[in-house]
Amino acid sequence: MATSTDATTGHGGHGPGDDGGKARAVFRGITDDVAKVALNPTPKWWYPAFAVSNLMLLCLVVALYHLFTTGIGVWGNNNIQGWAWDITNFVFWIGIGHAGTLISAVLYLFRQDWRTSINRSAEAMTIFAVAAAGIFPIIHTGRPWFAWWLIPHPNDMGMWPQFRSPLMWDVFAISTYATTSILFWYMGMVPDIATLRDKAKERWKQIGYGLLALGWRGSARQWHRYERAYLILAALSTPLVLSVHSVVSFDFATSQNPGWHTTIFPPYFVAGAIFSGFAMVATLLVPLRYLCNLKHIIKESHIEAMCKIMIATGMMVGGAYAIELFIAWYSGNAGEWFTFRNRILGEYSWAYFMMVSCNVLVPQFFWFKKCRTNPWIVVGLSILINVGMWFERFVIIATSLARQAVPGMWGYFSPTRWDLLTMIGSFGLFFTLFLLFVRFLPVIAIAEVKMVTPEAHAGKDDH
Amino acid sequence: MSTAHDNGAGDRPNGNGSDDQNEEMHGLLAEFETPGALVAAARKVKNAGYTEFDCYSPFPVHGIDPAMGIQRTKLPLVIFAGGLTGLFLGTLMQWWMNAYNWPWNVAGKPTWSIPANVPISYETTILLSVLTTFFGMWAANKLPQVWHPFFRLDRFAKVTDDGFFLGVEASDKRFELEQTKQLLVAAGATHVEECYVDARPEARNVPKWIWAAMTIMTMLALIPVALVFKARATKSPDPHYHVFSDMDYQPKAKSDQAFAEFADGRANRGELPGTVARGHLKADDAYYRGLANGEWITGLPAQLEVTPALVDRGQERYNIYCAPCHGYDGAGQGIIPARVAGIGGAWPARNLTDPKAGVIQMRNGQLFNTISNGFNSMMGYASQIPVEDRWAIVLYVRALQRSQNAAESELPAGHQVR
Repeated sequence: MATSTDATTGHGGHGPGDDGGKARAVFRGITDDVAKVALNPTPKWWYPAFAVSNLMLLCLVVALYHLFTTGIGVWGNNNIQGWAWDITNFVFWIGIGHAGTLISAVLYLFRQDWRTSINRSAEAMTIFAVAAAGIFPIIHTGRPWFAWWLIPHPNDMGMWPQFRSPLMWDVFAISTYATTSILFWYMGMVPDIATLRDKAKERWKQIGYGLLALGWRGSARQWHRYERAYLILAALSTPLVLSVHSVVSFDFATSQNPGWHTTIFPPYFVAGAIFSGFAMVATLLVPLRYLCNLKHIIKESHIEAMCKIMIATGMMVGGAYAIELFIAWYSGNAGEWFTFRNRILGEYSWAYFMMVSCNVLVPQFFWFKKCRTNPWIVVGLSILINVGMWFERFVIIATSLARQAVPGMWGYFSPTRWDLLTMIGSFGLFFTLFLLFVRFLPVIAIAEVKMVTPEAHAGKDDH
Repeated sequence: MSTAHDNGAGDRPNGNGSDDQNEEMHGLLAEFETPGALVAAARKVKNAGYTEFDCYSPFPVHGIDPAMGIQRTKLPLVIFAGGLTGLFLGTLMQWWMNAYNWPWNVAGKPTWSIPANVPISYETTILLSVLTTFFGMWAANKLPQVWHPFFRLDRFAKVTDDGFFLGVEASDKRFELEQTKQLLVAAGATHVEECYVDARPEARNVPKWIWAAMTIMTMLALIPVALVFKARATKSPDPHYHVFSDMDYQPKAKSDQAFAEFADGRANRGELPGTVARGHLKADDAYYRGLANGEWITGLPAQLEVTPALVDRGQERYNIYCAPCHGYDGAGQGIIPARVAGIGGAWPARNLTDPKAGVIQMRNGQLFNTISNGFNSMMGYASQIPVEDRWAIVLYVRALQRSQNAAESELPAGHQVR
């Protein structure tokens, strides 16, 4: 804490003291570094990145057009593999979102100040991941134009949704999660949008940011309620984020299918979600801190902290694989044991070993400081972890359906080009939204970063 | 003025003092160098008895709340109430929709079982809490308010960057321009500025054209809603709108529909004269009608021969189709005549085995014809029982007649009554 305060307190008419001048320079530096990302002319790297993302998004449009006009048969799904890449992608994207909420809410409650540099972009990632995830349960229904039947509303059929079905729980969990994430993200962004409003030079930007900033003026009386509300939102998001992936796991766990019907699923899914989410945050932010010159705000130590969380959650996931396997054997249930043996040794064994090597072995490299500090290695390993986490969902879904109780219900899933285009398209949607966010909105929580600097206490004589 | 906050309510270079008759004093804005200086100044201003003042900073400054005497917000209580409402409404919705208004029977499980309803109640609790938090916070802060008098001061743009300000409003009882200014300077302000607003309230109001545009847009937005409500409240002979037709409408003609392409204007195509569908010729009189040269046949058609298997088949079919009326023994006392007698009526079926009833005397062909086309109140069974099965039943009826009219001496040794 700064202690030299004579120059700025109690003596009217003095010029700026050294202490105050330094503190203000720090605040100005943070403002300028973040605001210029949104306000400066578009950087050169942005256009090719945006073009590629848009091209991928176009794949989604084409794939969905073909799906809607032709039907679900364009995918590789069949009577036996009723769920395949559609639900794999859904669970994958929902999982990605979880790290954002964990960073913004859970780490906030634990007063982990390093989160302030990454929470904004992590929250944005959450929302875009939920948007990408939300597509899949709707389009996999076959007649997606009836998706609104899931919303309880009076209708001339006199029918209501079936609330005891995990699929309805999903509807409520995901929509609550999406709503909460968007409101939390936007609320946190309002003071920073006000900063952009005050820094913008062009009239249209001033008006645009001005409307979004709601007239925020940094009043202490408003900050007081704002901070309470922010804390409460964090406290509400924490049980919410745990419930969301638990509910997603109920889609499987409440069924009777061997390989799905297990009580370990909720914590196992949540750990996996955080694991994959942190990998995605690292994949996005490591390049971002170079491209947007934010290395002094998103520090190397923050990247290292994320790598450490990946080790921890990766070990939890690995532990869950082991326990699942042990219980399948220990339960003495022939169906369970067969399913797990088949998962490891059957036709899908390549996917199983892909999953284990990417999710259990790859994060072990993060024990070494060199791997945590080299940006190429961090991004490379994070991408591998995301590949592994995608395969985890695929393994759970596909292998458990591939060998059901009677041999007549045995099958194998082969994706079609439309499966592939839809998946590429969901990445296109995600990256397009994220690039727009990086270009036009404050990528760092400016006010929060200022608040956790030592200079935030400059001039205090009562410390 | 060059900041973003100018809403056109008066374009005047700001500065100290104003001789403009249209302007009135809003208050004083003082700038401080550090967060600490702001906290100290806030304490001084509060201790001097001011109430209508506020501090402005780029981030929440620690220690400013007690210094300014800000009371702890009641927002958490409101949010708690919002959460309880969410819990109640979510639970009520599930009970009303799934257990009361339309009791869903799912594999015979109870229609109302709390554990299965927990997840949705949990989510609605959080959802309502979140909505209360978000909207409650903005409402309590009286935001959005895109314009504020201090926004007229260029210097105030620093408040979202590196500026720490304390604003005292002229509406405060203790506000006295020079004295307040001195107090702020003494409290460590590096800069104190007067802030004026247009005295005419109408000049500060939202321009009329914005209100007009918002009103028109609201009205336009209500039109689709109004159409939906009209459709719900009125009757119409027209079918639904089908955005997606779901194969309800296909380019094909259904039976009994008009179809202009055919000469008779009907979609139905009858049989062409002189044609018979495959397997429907039925030229064999003996087999299909029990006739030979216009007389009932006495034996079996040439295709069939008497085998135990055929008799067994006949027994099985007889027990299904004939026994309900004629009884298992053919005596005409099946469950249906018994039931009619039980409620006081009389509807006997023909006794097939009594020589006086005349069935024994019928030829096989006539028996077959009776099964096929019915007799008196008995309906024909041709549509239900295939031809070969009908002949099998004829065989079995003959067997019944034989067994019911046998003399004791005809029974095999060991089965006679001793």
